[in-house]
Amino acid sequence: MRGATILRGIGQTFITAGLVILLFVVYELYFTGLETAREQSALADEIEAVWEKGGGSYEKPEDALKKIPIGTGIAVIRIPRFGRDWAKVVVEGVNMDDLRRGPGHYPGTQLPGQVGNFVVSGHRTTYGAPFNRVDELRPGDPIVVETRDTWYTYRVTTQEIVPPTAIEVTYPVPKERDAKPTIARITVTSCHPKYSARQRIIVYGELESKAPKAAGPPPALAA
Amino acid sequence: MYTWIWRHLPGGVPGKIVGTLLLLAGAVALLFFVVFPWAEPRLPFNQVTVPHETESTQKP
Repeated sequence: MRGATILRGIGQTFITAGLVILLFVVYELYFTGLETAREQSALADEIEAVWEKGGGSYEKPEDALKKIPIGTGIAVIRIPRFGRDWAKVVVEGVNMDDLRRGPGHYPGTQLPGQVGNFVVSGHRTTYGAPFNRVDELRPGDPIVVETRDTWYTYRVTTQEIVPPTAIEVTYPVPKERDAKPTIARITVTSCHPKYSARQRIIVYGELESKAPKAAGPPPALAA
Repeated sequence: MYTWIWRHLPGGVPGKIVGTLLLLAGAVALLFFVVFPWAEPRLPFNQVTVPHETESTQKP
């Protein structure tokens, strides 16, 4: 009798553990996305309001040296390959708390349009999975970054898979530690393979053109 | 454990069912709002960055 009770207790513990793990999967894949969607819509309203009031511009060369407060929305990124309406507010910072809210800009790397490297990281699964389909980007695909005053159109050049320690992809000239950059680049980092943190997928792009906001959305978005 | 809880829930069978649902909802809420957000950064499969300068405050 006592043995049966103990066995039943052990069985129930295992079943409970299994259910908790299943719930965790549900939490990661769906629930975290709800949180991010809410944050993104708040960020979009906020950045619009800040821009309208004449703030939130980080386009002068010296802005790169200024410390932008972590969590501030700095730009809107659009990647037509991910869908016509795909647009995310990029926040300053790439810690877990920042990336929960949307793609994050590595502090210390260049800002949109600046000569050097504008490095952005984002989740590939969970938290709205902004870069879920980042592996589908092909050379020539546009990545459009909107700041307060300017549309920047980058074009994808290459992608590669690197170990998680590959800090060199964030250099002003990726992989060349002390090289002086001469063009503006964008670099996107995310996890690889999906649902794993074993490696990182990196997509590189180069600035193709820039246009004032007043000129309307660039041709890359019209397609 | 579950048998013990079921036996101690009040209100006959309807009351027990309501009690079960309430306990279940409480447990799920506790997991979703407290346990999972706490556990997630400590688990290794949701990292998307390479090393960066703000790392000192928190691992990527």
